[in-house]
Amino acid sequence: MTISLPTRPIGGDISAEEQQFNDLIAQDSRIEPRDWMPEAYRKTLIRQIAQHAHSEIIGMQPESNWILRAPSLKRKAILIAKVQDEAGHGLYLYSAAQTLGVGRDEMTEQLIAGTARYSSIFNYATPTWADMGSIGWLVDGAAICNQVPLCRASYGPYGRAMVRICKEESFHQRQGFEILLELMNGTPEQRQMAQESVNRWYWPALMMFGPPDDDSPNSARSMAWKIKRFSNDELRRRFVGMLVPQAEVLGLTLPDPDLTWNEEKQAYDMGQPDWDEFHEVLAGRGQMNAQRMQRRRDAHDEGAWVREAAAAYAARQSATTERVVA
Amino acid sequence: MSTTTGTPPAAGDTTAATLTSDEHGNIELGKLTLAAEVIGQGTVAPPAVAEYALWLGDDALVLAQNLGWWISRAPELEEDIAIGNIALDLIGHARSFLSYAGSASGRTEDEMAYFRGEEEYRSAQLFEQANGDFAHTIARNFIAGCFQHALYERLQGSHDETLAAIAAKSIKEVDYHVDHATQWVLRLAGGTAKSRRRLIVGFADVWPYVDELFRDEPLNDELAGVAVRQSTLRPAFDTRVAAVFAEAELEVPVGFTATGGGRVGKHHETLGPLLAEMQVLARQFPGAAW
Repeated sequence: MTISLPTRPIGGDISAEEQQFNDLIAQDSRIEPRDWMPEAYRKTLIRQIAQHAHSEIIGMQPESNWILRAPSLKRKAILIAKVQDEAGHGLYLYSAAQTLGVGRDEMTEQLIAGTARYSSIFNYATPTWADMGSIGWLVDGAAICNQVPLCRASYGPYGRAMVRICKEESFHQRQGFEILLELMNGTPEQRQMAQESVNRWYWPALMMFGPPDDDSPNSARSMAWKIKRFSNDELRRRFVGMLVPQAEVLGLTLPDPDLTWNEEKQAYDMGQPDWDEFHEVLAGRGQMNAQRMQRRRDAHDEGAWVREAAAAYAARQSATTERVVA
Repeated sequence: MSTTTGTPPAAGDTTAATLTSDEHGNIELGKLTLAAEVIGQGTVAPPAVAEYALWLGDDALVLAQNLGWWISRAPELEEDIAIGNIALDLIGHARSFLSYAGSASGRTEDEMAYFRGEEEYRSAQLFEQANGDFAHTIARNFIAGCFQHALYERLQGSHDETLAAIAAKSIKEVDYHVDHATQWVLRLAGGTAKSRRRLIVGFADVWPYVDELFRDEPLNDELAGVAVRQSTLRPAFDTRVAAVFAEAELEVPVGFTATGGGRVGKHHETLGPLLAEMQVLARQFPGAAW
């Protein structure tokens, strides 16, 4: 597929600043907060970064479900550290979005009101401990494939936030792999727990790359602007190619009967995820959509008095300081 | 089914190596940095010292378990992170103390945490108090932190080298816990009328459990020079509390004193459900590795 920059309307002369923006993109340089940028570029980025931030925040919930029941103290510590990292990623990303002129409160309100999206994967439930392994191995693995190319996204603050996030995500994926490895080296019941969990998470993880290329309306422009670097299907293929040898090491079966090596294409042939399910979850009708939103609203509402107290105290402190200085 | 006992591949490394080939994407890959930093492994504790290590390990573990609930539920993201940090520190302290405690009977830290019943736990009841609202959590954490800080400060001089080493490492972290709780005591006390009222209720509810922390037990006589006599920590605790309460314009609550008994296995009714949840999976698969 050939992708070119969006064309100007007929008769529209390109301004000097727009030319400069286009040049920066063409040169693979970075756009910084004070640079001129097209309004649509700004909006696309705000949408994408906020969505990513919200995903980190909602994504804390399926794993926090197992913090209190983690089966060893070491696993408990690692899981807490991981969920904490996710809160940290949410914070970096909100900060990156703030450089584009949107406030954190505004983004939070959109999440609470249900008008902003977050990754559908977090609407799946985590009924077993093995799900902590599957989330790390499959979900964080898919996230890394999506996110590593974003480290060189054209918008500077986003790219730099992603570099930091990717470093931590690789640790997350590794700990997921280790959880599954321990289970697969364990009792027959533990092995069954691991396989059952991978059966549930495999397809939803593949859906994380988004709809097939011929059904992804925003992709082409994001690729032209170098916000996005690889197509959905391309990333999905790479991810599966990476999973196959790891599944062999684990002794786990990937639940796709059509998964076979194609010698001619030098790539795996694979089945398709259930895209109807994808659209259902996206539309808010997944296993846990309502609960995830409710938890976030509750935390926000029940914490309001604490935030108000902190703000009132800070205001009083700064007033006192001013009086002292005066 | 094939299983492997070899080193797992660096899963994240593979992905990144596949997808990064230009300057912006040149990320360094994180290594598994959260290695078990358990102090005192390989040293066998004498039985009385093991019993004392249980007190301190159980205090830390029970509080960590309580705090774990807040993660994803805190009033703001910064607090999800801060409370998570405190829980993580406390689990680290608990692992060191429990691992040392278990050495006397050939048990691992996880056998100590997951396979002892409620009556075998030795936590003081203050640590077992439910989270309540954020003000209750802060009030409990403030007391817990001030107590542990005073305790670890002195335990660094213990004749038992392992206890001294755990205390020396832990006190730096507890210093942060006290600071975190202190800042929130000041904010809630000096914030809004509502936050002040809630904080006062929070302190009133947990204050009955303060007294137990400073009671000496027969074990203290046996472990002179090794364990810290709790009663001797009260002045340092009172001084610190008085300073913060003065700034926050709070009064020390008056009311009843709980009977306590945590150090001999008598617990607040919150401990049973807390342990049931914590231990459920481990007990479903006894002997399994995770």
